[in-house]
Amino acid sequence: MELKVAEILIDKYLEGTSSIAEEKQLKAYFSSNNVAPHLVQYKPLFGYFENQKREQFTKALPLQAKKQSYVKWIGVAAAIVVLFGTINYFNNENSKQNLGTYSSPEEAFVETQKALEMLSEEVNQGVEGVAILKEYEKTKKTIFK
Amino acid sequence: MKQQEFLHMISPFKDKIFRVAKRLLVSVEEAEDATQEVLVRLWNKNDGLEKYNSVEALAMTMTKNYCLDQLKSKRASNLQLVHSNYGDNAPGVDKQVEDSDSWSWVEKIIDNLPEQQKIIVQMRDIEEYEFNEIASVLDMNETAIRVALSRARKTIREKLLEKHNYGIKSS
Repeated sequence: MELKVAEILIDKYLEGTSSIAEEKQLKAYFSSNNVAPHLVQYKPLFGYFENQKREQFTKALPLQAKKQSYVKWIGVAAAIVVLFGTINYFNNENSKQNLGTYSSPEEAFVETQKALEMLSEEVNQGVEGVAILKEYEKTKKTIFK
Repeated sequence: MKQQEFLHMISPFKDKIFRVAKRLLVSVEEAEDATQEVLVRLWNKNDGLEKYNSVEALAMTMTKNYCLDQLKSKRASNLQLVHSNYGDNAPGVDKQVEDSDSWSWVEKIIDNLPEQQKIIVQMRDIEEYEFNEIASVLDMNETAIRVALSRARKTIREKLLEKHNYGIKSS
């Protein structure tokens, strides 16, 4: 870059009217080795700017905030699944229950008779047992009057 | 937005956030914390980010506000800024040493500028933002920014010239 151009650019720079492109030109000029002696005091300034641009952020980012809510929702989803699962399970159980109904009334009548007969037999057995008990009661009364 | 996408989205400007934060807060640790804080806040906004034209401008504004708040609370509690990170990690040849010495002068000079000028110099001279971008981040008009920038640059030049001539006169 010509010295004259550099001087003009520096003036614009100090007035805050230079463009980014012009400022890049200046940075390039001052990073070179043939800087005019009377402009050399600007060299550290532009060198510093260039140098600062290289600094980087290296620390790790703790981005768990969102993960946590994710985990929370997984819990909610699991709870819903379990709930629906249980409800479904019980519904199925109920509908599958076999009530053992008969389709024709004759058959039902026969089966009912059978069942009642069986019941009465059992009851009679019980009555016989009670007869024995009565006998026992009688003897007890004759002894302890 | 997935974490990967987010990291990809912030990668062009996360270093800029850090450097702006460091310019204002001076200490590396505090700047790192500030950057973390801003990026995590950005991450928590997540899907709301689509509303903004430029996430980078939003991030810059958040950084500026966060750092200024930090400085304010620090001043309120009367703490002094302690910093020792002027040093430069560039390879130490003789010339480099001399350079980094004058660089640290520049850094000290910039540190003594008012906060607003610091941000403007950082955003313009180091991060190379256009005036309209700086204006939107700082919520100022472009003319005011040019004026502040010009003032800052002239101050830096003056101080630098003082140091420069002082060295010559004393030898």
